Parts: sequence; C-alpha cells; structure tokens
Amino acid sequence: MDLLIPEVGLIFWHTLSFLLLLFLLAKFAWKPVMKAIGERERSIEHALDAAEKAKQEMARLTSENEQLLKEARAERDLILKEAREIKEQLLKDAKDQAQLEGNRMIEKARIEINNQKAIAMADVKNQVSKLSLEIARKVLQQELADKNKQDALVGELLKEVKLN
Amino acid sequence: MKFSHFLTSKKSGILAFFAVFFAFLNASAQNHDHDQQVDSAAIEQAEIGHHESHEEKEFDITSFIFHHIGDSHEFHFWGHGESWTGLYLPVILYTHNGLVCFSAKEFHLNDDGSVVVEKDGMRFARSHGKIYYAAEGAEHGSYVHHEKNAKGEEVVTNLRPIDFSITKNVFTLFLSVAILLLVFLSVAKGYKKREGKAPKGLQSVLEPIIIFVRDDIAKPNLGHKYERYMPYLLTVFFFIWLNNMLGLVPFFPGGANVTGNIAVTMILALFTLLIILFSGNKYYWGHIFNPPVPWWLKPLMIPVEIFGIFTKPFALMIRLFANITAGHILVLSLLCLVFIFKSLAVAPVSVFFVVFIGAIELLVAFIQAFIFTILSALFIGMAIEEHADH
Repeated sequence: MDLLIPEVGLIFWHTLSFLLLLFLLAKFAWKPVMKAIGERERSIEHALDAAEKAKQEMARLTSENEQLLKEARAERDLILKEAREIKEQLLKDAKDQAQLEGNRMIEKARIEINNQKAIAMADVKNQVSKLSLEIARKVLQQELADKNKQDALVGELLKEVKLN
Repeated sequence: MKFSHFLTSKKSGILAFFAVFFAFLNASAQNHDHDQQVDSAAIEQAEIGHHESHEEKEFDITSFIFHHIGDSHEFHFWGHGESWTGLYLPVILYTHNGLVCFSAKEFHLNDDGSVVVEKDGMRFARSHGKIYYAAEGAEHGSYVHHEKNAKGEEVVTNLRPIDFSITKNVFTLFLSVAILLLVFLSVAKGYKKREGKAPKGLQSVLEPIIIFVRDDIAKPNLGHKYERYMPYLLTVFFFIWLNNMLGLVPFFPGGANVTGNIAVTMILALFTLLIILFSGNKYYWGHIFNPPVPWWLKPLMIPVEIFGIFTKPFALMIRLFANITAGHILVLSLLCLVFIFKSLAVAPVSVFFVVFIGAIELLVAFIQAFIFTILSALFIGMAIEEHADH
C-alpha cells in the first residue's frame, strides 16, 4: 500500500523541478521554437501563395500569348488567302487577256491566210487559165497536124503540167 | 539575469551543472564497504529475531518487485550483499531540530531498522525504505517498532522526520529535467541559428513531435487560444514521455519508476487542475454552480459538478500511475517466471515475453504521455470553451 501514499519529499522535489523545467523551457525553448515554426509556416504559406500567383500570372501571360499567336495566325491566313485570291485573279486576268490576244491573233492569221489563199487562188486561176489557153493553143496546133501527134502532144503536155 | 545566462550560455554550462550536481551527491559508485561499524549486538539480534532472514533465501518475488518499483535511497547498479555496487544518494531530513544531511551509505544498505545513524543528537533507523526516529531500545533487533492497528495491519509506531532525500526517483527526476533542458535548449538554438531554414539533426527529429502536439493535441481541443497552453502541454508531454522511457531502461541511469509514482502523477494532475481552475471562464463556472437542469435537480447536480472538477485530474493521476506501474510489474513478473517455476528452461519463454511486453511498453510510454497531454488539453478546452447559445 506504500505505493499509493505519496511521499512528501518527492512531491516537493517534483513540484520544484517541474516548475523550474516549465519556466525554463517555456521561456528559452518553447517560445522561440513555436515562434520559429510559426514564422516558417507563414513564410512557406506566403511562398506558396506567391508561387500560385506567379503560376496564375504565367497562365494569364501564356493565354495572352496564345491569343496573340492565334490572332497573328488568323491574320497571316487572311493575308495568305488574299494573296492567293490576288494571284488567282491575276492569273485569270492574264489568261483571259492571253486568250483574247490569242483569239485576236488567230483571227488575224485566219484573215491573212484567207487573203493569201485568195491571192494564191487568183494566181492559180490565172496560171490555170494561162496554161489552159497554152494547152488549148498547142492542142489546136497539133490537131492541126496529126491526129496521133495531137494526142501525143496532149499527153505530153499533160505530163508537163504534172511536172510543174 | 545571471541564472538564465548560465543556462542559455552553452552546453558546457549544463555540463557544469551536472558536475556540481554530482559533487553535491557526495557519494560515489563503489563496492559496498564491508568494514561496517555496525553494532554487532544489533546484527546478532536481527539474525535471531528476524525469521524473514531465513525465508529470504527463498526468493521473495513480491518484495523484489515492490522494491524495484518503489523509491530508494540508493541507486543499485548490480550485485548483492558484499558485491553490491551502486550509488549512495544523499539523505536530507527535516527533523525537530532542523535539516539533517548525510549519505545513505551510513545505513549500510540496511532496511529493517537494525542500523541506527546518529546525527545532531538524533537517531535514525530505516525500515522498508522509510526513515524513522530510532526507538530507544531494539525490539527483535530492530529500532523500528511495529504494532497491530484496529484492522490487524502492522503499523510502525515510530515518528518520521520529513524526508527530503534525493532518492532514486528524485535523482532520475533531476536527470530528466537536465536532459530535457539540454535537448530543447539546443533545439531552440538550432531555430535561432538556422532561422527560417529547414530543420536539421535533433531539431528535425523533434519538430514533427512538437507540431504533432500543437496540431493534434492543442488545436483541436483548445481552439484559437491554444498558444497560451502550448508550453505546459509540450513540457508535460515530453516530461512524461522521457520519464516513461527512462523507466524502461533496465540499468543506470534508467530504471526508476518516476511516472509510476503516485506523487509525481499527483503533482502533474494538480498542475492540470490548477490551469483548469485559473483559466475556467464564466460558462465553465456557470455550468458548475448553475447547471442547466430543472430547479429541483440542482441540489443534486451542483455537488456532482463540484465533485466532477476533481475527478478529472484524479483520473489523470491514477491512469498514468497505474499504467506505468503495471508495465513495470508485468516485465518484472515475467522475468521472475524462472523463480516461480524454479526451472531455467522457462528462461527463453520469459525472455521472449519480456521483449514482447517491452516493445508494447515502449508504445505505452508514448501513448500514456499522449493521453495525459490530450486529456489535459481537453479538460482545459472544456473550461475555456465559449458558449454562444447559453
């Protein structure tokens, strides 16, 4: 039963030493330690907040950049499209003009050809008529001499004509 | 303040404190001096009168265990009889004629009242770890007289001086205070040295525990006013934990049953009670003296509530005392299995269980410190709680 009866001496020493421990630790250990831990936690929190803010700022900047990029891309596309349109227009114009010019030249050439043809035909007609007249004259001359000779002449003349 | 400077200065300061403390002990670890100047007649009478001396050959497990968990004026290291090795601690007595100091060595390890120490004209004898004024004459060789009281229990009739001795428990108490100061002052220094930086070494070991006490014990129970009670909670937590652990160390300087001593737990519980009483707000006192019950129940409830103020710290006191003492008794009983069965074959079983229980006790050492602290915080929290609805 001695176990359950507190001894005065131990009560005295324990009270004394525990109060001393409490006082010294509270003043020289717990106060600075709690303060330091609290301050560090606050600084960590601040740092995290700052990091979060920086992240948001970064995200904002990134999205802004993206927006700019998008706009730039759209503008580029627009410019390219316009250029393409202009190019096509130019090509089309050039083609049309070329077509027109070509047609005009072809027309001109055709007229020229027709003219030349007409001239050539006139010339051919002239020569044919001349030749015919010549042949007729010669046939008539031969006919006048010999029937056979006339025939031979005609044939000869015809050959000549062919050679020409 | 000269004193604070001394303690905060450096480790060497604390080491100096140790040196002074050990010098003050006025005792050295040495073999028991066989050259005793004991009254030979007294010894003879003791041998004749004490039947126990014969029975002590039969190993008395109960007295062995109770001797180990109790307090003592010597710090026993090892050995028995002539080869006894240990530390004699200083005896300080407050007697009729003022303070008397002497080394426990003068009792020559005697514990049955047969050795008388004379100081300042007063004579002292020690029986079962307690120091009495020695009687004029010996009775069965003992200067401590017993008498049966009304219940038939043996009670000592001798008067006792008030014993302020630096006993084994007081010694361990001082040691634990010194360790705690050494550790936490150096940790505090670490925070000053590496301000705002990551903790290092001992600091990084203890910081999670400090934060555990703050976040899991103080904050949930005390709310936003927790900071005021942090020093007490941290001190009480580390004090109990360290002493629980020191109690588990089977050799010097551990082994003392400090937190398993009712005086220690009583004072700790008393501190909690005082903090509750001094920080209790009007809601707390209102709840006690004007409980929210029908008027006719009040005469019943008010005494119950007043009783309730004291039961809470009382439970704290008993819980810690009983848990730690039970742990010590358990380990010692398991070690004594060999003597109970009188067979060495039991030793492996005994050792296995001791290791197993030892591991559990290690956990209990922490849990009891935690429970004492969290219940203290809870009770304080109940006393400072603000009731908006009342």
